[in-house]
Amino acid sequence: MISSEPVITVKNMVKKFGDFVANDNLNFEVYKGEIFGFIGANGAGKTTAIRILCGLSTPTSGEMKVAGFDIYRQTEKIKRNIGYMSQKFSLYEDLTINENIRFYGGIYGMKIADRKARTAEMLERLDLSAYGNRKIGDLPLGWKQKLAFSIAILHNPKIVFLDEPTGGVDPITRRQFWNLIYEAVEKGITVFVTTHYMDEAEYCDRVSIMADGRIVALDTPEKLKKRYDAANMDEVFLKIAR
Amino acid sequence: MNRFLAFLRKEFLHIFRDPRTLVILFGIPIAQLLLFGYVLTNEVRNVKIAVVDQSKDYLSIRLTERLLSSGFFQLAAIPSSQSEYEGLFRSSKVKEIVVFEPDFAKNLIKEGKAGIQVIADASEPNAAQLVVNYTTAIANDFTRNEFVKDQKQPGINIKVRMLFNENMRDAYNFIPGLIAVILMLISAMMTAITITREKETGTMEILLASPLKPIQIILGKVVPYMILSIVNALVVLLLGYFVFHVPIIGSLALLLGEILLFIFLALSLGILISTFVNNQVTALAMSGFVLMLPSILLSGFIFPVKNMPVPLQIISNLIPPRWFIEINRTVMLKGGGLAEIWPNTLILLGMSALFIFISIRKFKIRLQ
Repeated sequence: MISSEPVITVKNMVKKFGDFVANDNLNFEVYKGEIFGFIGANGAGKTTAIRILCGLSTPTSGEMKVAGFDIYRQTEKIKRNIGYMSQKFSLYEDLTINENIRFYGGIYGMKIADRKARTAEMLERLDLSAYGNRKIGDLPLGWKQKLAFSIAILHNPKIVFLDEPTGGVDPITRRQFWNLIYEAVEKGITVFVTTHYMDEAEYCDRVSIMADGRIVALDTPEKLKKRYDAANMDEVFLKIAR
Repeated sequence: MNRFLAFLRKEFLHIFRDPRTLVILFGIPIAQLLLFGYVLTNEVRNVKIAVVDQSKDYLSIRLTERLLSSGFFQLAAIPSSQSEYEGLFRSSKVKEIVVFEPDFAKNLIKEGKAGIQVIADASEPNAAQLVVNYTTAIANDFTRNEFVKDQKQPGINIKVRMLFNENMRDAYNFIPGLIAVILMLISAMMTAITITREKETGTMEILLASPLKPIQIILGKVVPYMILSIVNALVVLLLGYFVFHVPIIGSLALLLGEILLFIFLALSLGILISTFVNNQVTALAMSGFVLMLPSILLSGFIFPVKNMPVPLQIISNLIPPRWFIEINRTVMLKGGGLAEIWPNTLILLGMSALFIFISIRKFKIRLQ
C-alpha cells in the first residue's frame, strides 16, 4: 500500500564536483511503500543522488530527509534504517553464504535469534537452503544478485536503495529479481531503485527521469506514456531525451 | 561493540582462508629468520683454504695448526705447485691459499721477519676481505705470543674489544633489523592491501552505508593485523634470544613499548597508502617498492647509514625503520633507556601523527 506519507524528501539538492554539476537542484518526495525509480543514461547523476541519500557523499546544498532523519545531522540514524546494494557486486566471495549473512546481520546489530529465523526463511525462499556453506565465489551471478538483495533487506530496513542492481543479469533472472522486490514492498519496505533498463521502469510505481543532472519528468509510468503519447517507457525516454 | 566483533570475525575468516595471506604472515618471517640466520651470514666459519708450506719447520707447522684449529678455517687442499692455484680457486675448492716462504722459522728468528703470502678469491670481495683479515689477525697474534715476547722487540700491542657484541655475531645485527622489516611487511603492507581489497570489490561502499562508523571500519581492518604483528614480533624476539642468543640487556617493557609504537606507525602508514590507491596490485607494488626495499636497504639494517652517500643518508632519515632499528640496537644490545632513545621515539610518534592526519584529510575529501 502506497501512502501519502513521505519517507524521503529532497528539496533543492545540489551536488557539484568542482565546476561539474552532477545534481542540479533536484526536488522530489518518495512515499512509504512505493517503488521509486530513477531512470537516466549513464552519467545523468543517478548514482550521485543515491550516494548522497545513503550518506556516502555530502551534498553541496539543499535540504534532505531520509526515513524522517536529517541527512546532515542524523546520518547514523539514517544508516540504521536503510539497506543499500551498489552497482558492484558486494558480498565477500571468499566467505560462505552463511558467513556473509552472519556478518551483515552482525554489523546491523541484529539479534541472533532474529537473524537465524530470517536467514532460514530467506534461504528457503531462494531455494538455497542446502547451500549455506557454499562460498559466494562458487555461485552463478544471478544467485549472487538475488542473495545480495536479500541480505540488503535482512535487517528489515524502512527503505532499500538499489543502484543498478540488475546490471549484467539475464532477463529471466531480472524478472525473478523484481519478484523479490515486490515481496519486499509487501513487507512494507520502500524501494528506491536506479536503472537504465527501460522495461524495469514499467515495474516502478513512479519514475523520475534524469538527464544532465536534472529531473526532466516525474510521474507514474502510465501518465508519462499518456503525456508523451508513447507505447512504452523506452519511447517516453527517447522523446524526452530528444 | 557486537557490530565490531562481527567485523573482526569476518577479518579473521579472510586471513585464515587465504593461503597467500597466510604465507606472507607466517611464511615470510620464518623464511627471513632462517635466511639471515643461516644463509646470508657474514661470519667466517669453516672456510676452505689450502696451505703451501715451503719451509716445513716447527714455526710454520705451528702457525698452520693455529689457523686450522681456530674454527674459522678448514684445510681443503695441499697443492704441490703454483700451477694448481688457479684451478683450486676456479673450481671453488678453496677460498684462500696461505703460502709460507722457504726458511720461515730461520728468517723470523734471525732477521725478525718472515713472509707469508695470502691469496684470496676476491670474486666475492667482502668475503675475501673478511677471510684475509682473520688470517692476518691470527698470524699477528701468533708472532706476538709465541715469538716476539722473547725478543723484547718494541711494538704496539693492540688489544681490541668489540663492545656490545664481543663475538661479532651476525644475529646481533639482523634480529633488531628483522623485527622492523617484518613489522613493516605485516602491519603496513597487509593493512594497505586488505583495505584496498575492500575498495576494489565494492564492499567498502556497503560498509560505509552501514551503521558502522568509519573509525570502526578502519579499526576492524587494522586490529587483526596488529595482533598478528605483535605475535610475530614476539616470536622473532624469542627466537633471537633462545636460538641466536641475542640478549635483551635494556628494559623489556621499554622494548615492547617501542615495538607497539612502531606497529602503530606501520599500521597508519598502511592506512595512508590505502587512501591513495584503489586496487590491490598497486597497493602491493607501492608497499613493495616504497616500503620494503628502503626498509631493507636504506634503514641501516644491512648497510650502515654512515657509509651511504650523503643524498641517501638524507633519504634514510625519512624511513621509519631507520629510527626504530636504532632503538632496538640501543635497548637490546647496549642496555640503553629512554634517556638515549627519546629523540627516535619522538620521531616515530611524529611520523605516526602525520600519517594519521593525512589519512583523515584524504578520507574526508573522498566523502565529499
